[in-house]
Amino acid sequence: MEAFIQLGLFLSLLFIGYFFGRRAEKQHYKSITQREDQLRDIYLSTDRFPTREYLRHDTQLVQGSVVISVDYFKVILSGLKNLVGGRLTAYESLLDRARREAILRMQSEAKALNAHAVINTKFETSRISGSAGQGIGSIEVLAYGTAMIPRA
Amino acid sequence: MLISNIEIIPGKKITEHLGLVQGSTVRAKHAGRDFMAGLKNIVGGELKGYTELLQESRQEAVNRMSEQAKAIGANAVINVRFSTSAIAAGASEILAYGTAVIVEEK
Repeated sequence: MEAFIQLGLFLSLLFIGYFFGRRAEKQHYKSITQREDQLRDIYLSTDRFPTREYLRHDTQLVQGSVVISVDYFKVILSGLKNLVGGRLTAYESLLDRARREAILRMQSEAKALNAHAVINTKFETSRISGSAGQGIGSIEVLAYGTAMIPRA
Repeated sequence: MLISNIEIIPGKKITEHLGLVQGSTVRAKHAGRDFMAGLKNIVGGELKGYTELLQESRQEAVNRMSEQAKAIGANAVINVRFSTSAIAAGASEILAYGTAVIVEEK
């Protein structure tokens, strides 16, 4: 009897994770592409030095960060994938979303400062340990760079 | 205090290098937030409480770094880098470091 309850709990968690996780991911991607279109006018680069046109601009550090968590379905899926090896597409999309969200937050901070560009963009990813070290729990992605603000 | 993660400041001249400055902070998670995060681990999605917490701590680290720079007479910190590490279950360290310099208008 107890085994059945545990199995039921496991399956319902799996279903909840699959259903809500997929919905959240779809909505998040939709909002990401929408905001990427809005913020396209802020030039983003990883160059260490400003190009000639930005030499008379003011600078300021801008950053954006996000903590994002995996859903239960993805944890189980990647656990199974770990047995056979190969690409963990479940985690790939998670990290892709987190990184793009962090960039967008950095860009909107730059936009609030009326900046034209963000240069020397750097990323930093860290793991926030979940319960008892199983799965990856949640991850934090930080994007930071220098905003180029035209002088008034 | 000018803070930037590039190595030069446009329109300004670096007249003196004062060396490395750093600021760090160790933050623990909130038990209530941790419980909510545990629930979020089932359905997935953003953990807003943690995002805020880490933003605050990063600001604190930057403030400590610029205080240190001010104490040695700098007016700018260039080439700033961030680093985050989980040092124990439920606590993370956030470090900001850079080079303290004196800049002058060209």
